[in-house]
Amino acid sequence: MIGIATAVDVADLKETTLLNMGIFGLFVAVTMVIVVRASRNNKTAADYYAAGRSFTGPQNGTAIAGDYLSAASFLGITGAIAINGYDGFMYSIGFLVAWLVALLLVAELLRNTGKFTMADVLSFRLKQRPVRIAAAISTLAVCFFYLLAQMAGAGSLISLLLGISDWGGQALVIIVVGALMIMYVLIGGMKGTTWVQIIKAMLLIAGAAVMTFWVLAIYGFNLSDLLGGAVETSGNPNMLNPGLQYGKTETSKLDFMSLGLALVLGTAALPHVLMRFYTVPTAKEARKSVVWSIGLIGLFYLFTLVLGYGAAALVGAETIKAAPGGVNSAAPLLAFHLGGPLLLGFISAVAFATILAVVAGLTITAAASFAHDIYASVISKGKADADTEVKVARRTVVVIGVLAILGGIFANGQNVAFLVALAFAVAASANLPTIVYSLFWRRFTTQGAVWSMYGGLGSAIILIIFSPVVSGAKTSMIPGANFALFPLSNPGIVSIPLAFLLGWLGTVLDKKREDIAKQAEMEVRSLTGVGAEKAVNH
Amino acid sequence: MGHDAPTPDAAASVDFEQVQSTERFQELRKRHRSFVFPMAIAFLLWYFAYVLLADYAAGFMSTKVWGNINVGLILGLLQFVSTFAITGWYVSYSNRRLDPIAAEIRNEIEGHEFDKDGNRVSGVSK
Repeated sequence: MIGIATAVDVADLKETTLLNMGIFGLFVAVTMVIVVRASRNNKTAADYYAAGRSFTGPQNGTAIAGDYLSAASFLGITGAIAINGYDGFMYSIGFLVAWLVALLLVAELLRNTGKFTMADVLSFRLKQRPVRIAAAISTLAVCFFYLLAQMAGAGSLISLLLGISDWGGQALVIIVVGALMIMYVLIGGMKGTTWVQIIKAMLLIAGAAVMTFWVLAIYGFNLSDLLGGAVETSGNPNMLNPGLQYGKTETSKLDFMSLGLALVLGTAALPHVLMRFYTVPTAKEARKSVVWSIGLIGLFYLFTLVLGYGAAALVGAETIKAAPGGVNSAAPLLAFHLGGPLLLGFISAVAFATILAVVAGLTITAAASFAHDIYASVISKGKADADTEVKVARRTVVVIGVLAILGGIFANGQNVAFLVALAFAVAASANLPTIVYSLFWRRFTTQGAVWSMYGGLGSAIILIIFSPVVSGAKTSMIPGANFALFPLSNPGIVSIPLAFLLGWLGTVLDKKREDIAKQAEMEVRSLTGVGAEKAVNH
Repeated sequence: MGHDAPTPDAAASVDFEQVQSTERFQELRKRHRSFVFPMAIAFLLWYFAYVLLADYAAGFMSTKVWGNINVGLILGLLQFVSTFAITGWYVSYSNRRLDPIAAEIRNEIEGHEFDKDGNRVSGVSK
């Protein structure tokens, strides 16, 4: 059956639109039924935000993989390897190694100390109000960047699949995707969202496994021959060597370092990943879920290596770049080359589902953070009952959904893995220093937390605004203007150390001491799990 | 006390400073830190060594070892291997060295018994 479609003719793709939509529609229908069934027991805030803490480690691990393996991983990395060769592989390695930070330093301690959101942990032994507000603002900022990346992926995919290149048509499809996502989150809460993630993770990994097997079969299961094929098609022997994208100048080499730093330190600070640790009953299950997700994510990234070089060898960088959707279309084009319209339809539906599920996960995180940290704790000063809080969360979902739709409409065709790397840089700068300090440094104070969070968040965002991402280059968001004062496209190498420094400085210069009893309580709770919320039984 | 901290009844009246100062807890804390800190430093150094090599020693990374497989690809795949290995190592260390003490301390504080998976098997339910 190999070679149904020997050459990829982009014009043919339009004829498969109905099939693609049919498969995607089926996924939506099936998951919607599951979401409705899963949501029957959504009564309390713990149900809505943390799925009643009733998921097992393996289930949650699969859901984490579903949350983490976003369009950036599938479309972005495959495209990056297909075009830039070895430098694209860097994303896979950084995204995976980063899980060790989450496993060793964060997951279990966080599960033992918090309740619903990242701010629960950060404000545990510090002053509630300032720390909670700062943590909620950085959660919302990181979620927004991540949403932008997912929506940019949705735009790319739509232009490829439906052949819609006009602005209005793409906007309409993004509105439909956004509306579906709002429905999932409104109806299903965390439980429904988690089930969508689990189903999507299994479909994505299965789809990638089939394609990987297929590509390897074409090359007689010889990786060296596959790599040779990629070199031959591209006519560039440097496909297999580092430096194709980042090795050009000293500045670009520094950019590579900055990207590497952001990738490895970002994961353990992503609010939507942290929130998933609350959906399991114990710290031990949190550990199990990280182990599962490391296994699944690692396996998937090994697939992307084959898929990326496979796309380079079988489809070719020139065809990929010329296709609607550009770099992000490598994986769908490879699917079309391998299995014709049917595999393309399946893979595209999976990619759509991926975007939908990740956007739902981000939205519920942002909504929980607003309702729980800003509304319940700050605006109503803890007097709001859980029902009102969930009501506020649901309304926030609608607002965020609308913002995501607008962001998606205006997001351009930049590589989604690259956009996600920016979200990682913002997360690592704004959140990681405070998470690590508050868990491990007894002396850490409120002033240190506030300086570190605002300093990290502010410096990361300001550096992005004045970077070539926004202006001054052909691929910038505003190509006409040039205010790129900062030469690197990823701010991590400056903003992450700065945030760590500010956390230390703010603490050392703080004349006030924090409550030592609270510190003792946090440490004992985090290591032993005393008093951690158990599963809700219905 | 933060109103959002989890406060089940069993833990509400505990003197955490006293628990923190016990030998058992200090032992748990030491065992935890003496594993996770060196391990975190080790894998971060290994990861950054890899990134620096890819960045500034492209020639070395491009050395072909077998067919089209070069040093860079092998080191990259070794990052996967080390990640899986450290994960496995940490899980077995926690199961052997951390979980039993943690369960013991939790047991003393909450007055429940826990099985080896950390599930409550006896004691008053809330």
